[in-house]
Amino acid sequence: MIVRISTEGQYDLPDDVIDRLNELDNATVTAVEAADEAAFASAYAELLGLVRARGTPLGDDALAGSELILPPPDLTLAEAGEQFTGEGLLPD
Amino acid sequence: MPGIGGRFSTVIKAKISKLLDRAEDPGETLDYSYNKQLELLQNVKKGIAEVVTSKKRLQMQQDRLQQSVVKLDTQARQALAAGNEDLARAALERKQLAQNELQSLDQQVSELQDQQEKLTSSEQKLRTKIEAFRTKKEVVKAQYSAAEAQVQISEAATGVGEQMADVGLAMQRAMDKTEQMRARASAVEELEAAGTFEDVTALGPGEDDIDRQLKQLTSDSQVDTELAKMKAELGSPSSGSAGQIEGGESS
Repeated sequence: MIVRISTEGQYDLPDDVIDRLNELDNATVTAVEAADEAAFASAYAELLGLVRARGTPLGDDALAGSELILPPPDLTLAEAGEQFTGEGLLPD
Repeated sequence: MPGIGGRFSTVIKAKISKLLDRAEDPGETLDYSYNKQLELLQNVKKGIAEVVTSKKRLQMQQDRLQQSVVKLDTQARQALAAGNEDLARAALERKQLAQNELQSLDQQVSELQDQQEKLTSSEQKLRTKIEAFRTKKEVVKAQYSAAEAQVQISEAATGVGEQMADVGLAMQRAMDKTEQMRARASAVEELEAAGTFEDVTALGPGEDDIDRQLKQLTSDSQVDTELAKMKAELGSPSSGSAGQIEGGESS
């Protein structure tokens, strides 16, 4: 599965990582909803770490679209909150 | 793969798809869409140049403040040696303020540097993808029927479009940071214009007002501590040539 970390790059991720990715994604959402800064930072960092560690970076000339697009690594809790409510990272 | 990436990541994906849908016009020819890509690449370059300019402005401000810190420290010592403690205190207050500003500038310059690097790397990827698109476009034009070409090229265009959205996001974040820095830089420039970091011995009629503001901005205890330290250094009856003793140990 091809995953993009916004402002960083695309990775090809083996399928067996997906369950763990989902767990971390849910942990991140829970932390955002609880407005728990520390939990958000650690869950999201772990999620990104998993992608970087298990994924193979795609070449710059790859023209494949990503199945999954993650927000930028320097995302703040406030910005993460806006993903669900406000305009989000990309204006509509 | 149900629920992949959960809610968190799918929001962004949906937004990018929306952007791409809007950008994709079936009537556009391949060459037109390639030219459009090149045009957008030019905009990215302009954006990077803007970030670099803002960073340079902050760096020049850093240099000026660094010079002020050295100058004010020297003046405080000279004033103290001449027995003028009030003047020494005034110089140290200004020095402390300059140091505070310097500290926050350092942090902001490095943040801006970080944004610039991300933006540059994203732009490089976009450039490479556009080049790959150009190659693919020529192959498709030469070898495929219209219907096949449509599929081939729309896949490739998705790849380029996604990178374009990514560079747009990197640009937006860099610009937001730059905007914050600009406000900061203006605030420091106002202090500079008011002569806050200027030669303390050449203070003009406005000094009372500046001093009053400084008292609010700097912490007395820190200034007191540094003043005491400076006094001890100047006043300590050192044997032999003063100021050479500590440095001499390491030789």
